[in-house]
Amino acid sequence: MAAYIAGRLIALVPVLFGLSLIVFTIMALIPGDPATAILGSYATPENVERLNRELGLDRSLPVQYATWLGNVVAGDLGQSTSLNRPVLDEVMERFPATLILAGAALVLASVLGLLAGIVSAVRQYGLADKLVTLAVLVGISMPSFWLGLLLILAFSVRLKVLPVSGMYAIYGGGDAADLLRHLVLPATTLAIVAAGIIARLTRSAMLEVLRQDFIRTARAKGLPERRVVFVHALRAALVTVIPVIGVQAGFVLGGAVYIETVFQWPGIGRMLVDAISTRDILLVQGGVLVVAASYVLLNLVADVLQRLMDPRIGA
Amino acid sequence: MRGFAALLRRVMRNRLAAAGLVLLAAILLVAVLAPVLPLADPNATDPVRRLKPPFTDGALLGTDALGRDLLSRLIWGARLSLAVGIAASLLAALIGSAIGLVAGYAGRWTDTVLMRGIDTLMAFPYLLLALAVVAALGPGLLNALYAVVIVNIPFFARTVRGVTAGLRSREFVDAARLSGKGEARILLTEVLPNVTPVIVITLSTTVGWMILETAGLSFLGLGSQPPEADLGSMLGEGRKVLINAPHVAAVPGLLVFLIVISLNLIGDGVRDALDPRLRAGVPGRPGAVTRVRRPAARAGGPASGDALLAVADLRTAFETPHGPVDAVKGVSVSVRRGECLGIIGESGSGKSVTALSIGRLVASPPGVITGGSVRFDGEDLLAAPPGVLRRLRGGRIAYVFQDPLTTLHPLMRVGDQVAEAIRAHRPMARAAATAEAARLFAAVRLPDQETIGSAYPHELSGGQRQRVSIAMALANDPDLVIADEPTTALDVTVQAEILDLLDGLRRDRGLAVIFISHDFGVIARLCDRVAVMLKGEIVEEGPAAAVLAEPRHPYTRKLVAAVPIPGRARDILAAPVEGGAR
Repeated sequence: MAAYIAGRLIALVPVLFGLSLIVFTIMALIPGDPATAILGSYATPENVERLNRELGLDRSLPVQYATWLGNVVAGDLGQSTSLNRPVLDEVMERFPATLILAGAALVLASVLGLLAGIVSAVRQYGLADKLVTLAVLVGISMPSFWLGLLLILAFSVRLKVLPVSGMYAIYGGGDAADLLRHLVLPATTLAIVAAGIIARLTRSAMLEVLRQDFIRTARAKGLPERRVVFVHALRAALVTVIPVIGVQAGFVLGGAVYIETVFQWPGIGRMLVDAISTRDILLVQGGVLVVAASYVLLNLVADVLQRLMDPRIGA
Repeated sequence: MRGFAALLRRVMRNRLAAAGLVLLAAILLVAVLAPVLPLADPNATDPVRRLKPPFTDGALLGTDALGRDLLSRLIWGARLSLAVGIAASLLAALIGSAIGLVAGYAGRWTDTVLMRGIDTLMAFPYLLLALAVVAALGPGLLNALYAVVIVNIPFFARTVRGVTAGLRSREFVDAARLSGKGEARILLTEVLPNVTPVIVITLSTTVGWMILETAGLSFLGLGSQPPEADLGSMLGEGRKVLINAPHVAAVPGLLVFLIVISLNLIGDGVRDALDPRLRAGVPGRPGAVTRVRRPAARAGGPASGDALLAVADLRTAFETPHGPVDAVKGVSVSVRRGECLGIIGESGSGKSVTALSIGRLVASPPGVITGGSVRFDGEDLLAAPPGVLRRLRGGRIAYVFQDPLTTLHPLMRVGDQVAEAIRAHRPMARAAATAEAARLFAAVRLPDQETIGSAYPHELSGGQRQRVSIAMALANDPDLVIADEPTTALDVTVQAEILDLLDGLRRDRGLAVIFISHDFGVIARLCDRVAVMLKGEIVEEGPAAAVLAEPRHPYTRKLVAAVPIPGRARDILAAPVEGGAR
């Protein structure tokens, strides 16, 4: 297993290289002159030229890329123009908030999705199955930013049971309970779509597995049906569901952008949206790169998990 | 176009998809007709009539923060959202499919380079890539469209490439190549038509997402810019007055939701209609016990006498879309304690279904027991509640199945699987059950009994796996073992070992055995009595030696003759079967 993980880590290098290349290319394609954009249209040509030289923009693209990549590897993502501080500092300060939100949403989505999918498969064509199928359809069709607003209206404005926005109360908060209260609505909103997709897939994977011969063996052994479904069938179904949860991690990390905006959550998503409107290119670049790299790592974790679940792979 | 009409008919047959189609058509119609509808100017502000609630005079859905008529803005916004979403979908489908076609058809380095690029795009968290694109191009509706297109290209490219690569070496493509057609023409006239259904499925399942994403980018303020407004930016504006005038945000969001849900309904319908695997109708999932639906008057059946198991007039059928098909048509057999009964017949003769019916293990649906009785030690199993059956299964009645590679759980250690069988009937500590499992492994003469339990089925040989199955069957000292072709998947020498093992265990433990096989040689070696099955009925029954020596039914004669004797097989198989089933 250690050798496998090491091998996979080495295989990440070209992927990360590809990511950096795409991020760099997108930013290099920006129309217009970044120096002018930074300095404003009243800047003197001399100032623009000097800034271009400072930013290294007077050199060829491959040289620019190599320089940039070297800096990135060394942990230097450049200076944010709008915040006037190193991009890495800002990103690292914001990232934990996004991780908490996305992590909570992914856990919630997995639990909800697995449970709904199992119930739906076990009661195939029954009332519970129809309800789950309907809920999934509604869940995955709902704009999450709209759902977030509706939940704020219901639980924060009308019922006043949960805070409207933010990560901690401004006065007197700051402990775990406070964080949890603030987390409930955004994490639920973010989890809905992923939960729907996981439920759909779990249902079909369970139905597929429940038809297999080894399920008949489990029943022939006299195991309680509970154990047949939740241990024997679920374990086999998880092998197909876990990679999907890995993919959903990407959708959740991306979807966090909406949710952080709706709930004023101080994470990377909101930082990116603000950075785009202030044309803070280096901040966008750094934020996208860090989140994308962590997603790649997450997928590695999902692969390792799947391998641990299925001893047949690589045997 | 006829293909499209047929598809439309099939989709409409699905009620949910039809509802989606009607809903979407209604929304599209209103959006298209926006210029001719008697609507207020969507951009005319009126500071006096700010934030009016819905159903106000002159503003059916109320007004927004600038006093603009929400109904009018909603319809014009929907028009914009739909136009952008659909345009993005078509562009993504066009570019993505083109990449997929070329990569799949060209293969080799073209394929590698293109798909590496696509993989890298997919390594980004979905929305994040769209943000990066908008960041580069700057906020604006057209740029948001490009972003959504780029993000969705990989879905089309991957699916289309997969199908195309499969078609590349097919005969009709080779034929076209030999007839001198150019590669581009082959791609467009031969390959593309076969790939189109896949593109349609992908398009119908992603167009909803794309509308959602464009709306989302506008919501974030990165898409449509004022005064131009799509549904997403209306939602974004509404958010600012959420608490005082919730309708301003709620209404456009609801419309986005309706558009997306109608598209998803249609998408599911299209996928179901085009996917050949789903067309036959998916059978329900098998439950824990086979359903019994027998005429009330005949329930119970005759008393079983001294037999351990007495099956009388058993009837089992499978429900199919074309009505029930009978697999077992009135079978009666019995087994005494310590006796071995062989059931022999070709595949499809109903012998396995008979065996599975005893423990109510026939997959159900589609299986259903329609008549007869199964008395085990006096109790009618066809009337037994699931709890009683569960205690009997693996307890007093144990099964050994044909292919242990598929009948053992592939992801569980074999020791745990046996220990689990023990603990299902005799509550004991895990360690005690593991030790017991090791004793059973010794009894079935597996090597390394202490360590083999931690192996997974795929790590064992076929013979070892079947020994594990037998150990599992013996776990709770059963009275009856039903072995359904236990040696068929094994090679001949291993087969002989397993048969010896079964025979020895049976004599040592006084087991009653029902042994199912298509091989008379195997049955003759093991069984006291034999029943011959053909087309769901027993055509002959008697002491194994007598039936083997003097088969009366012509079918039995063929089975006996099929026991390999060099040189004889061919003329026996050529002879016609007279009589058939009784």
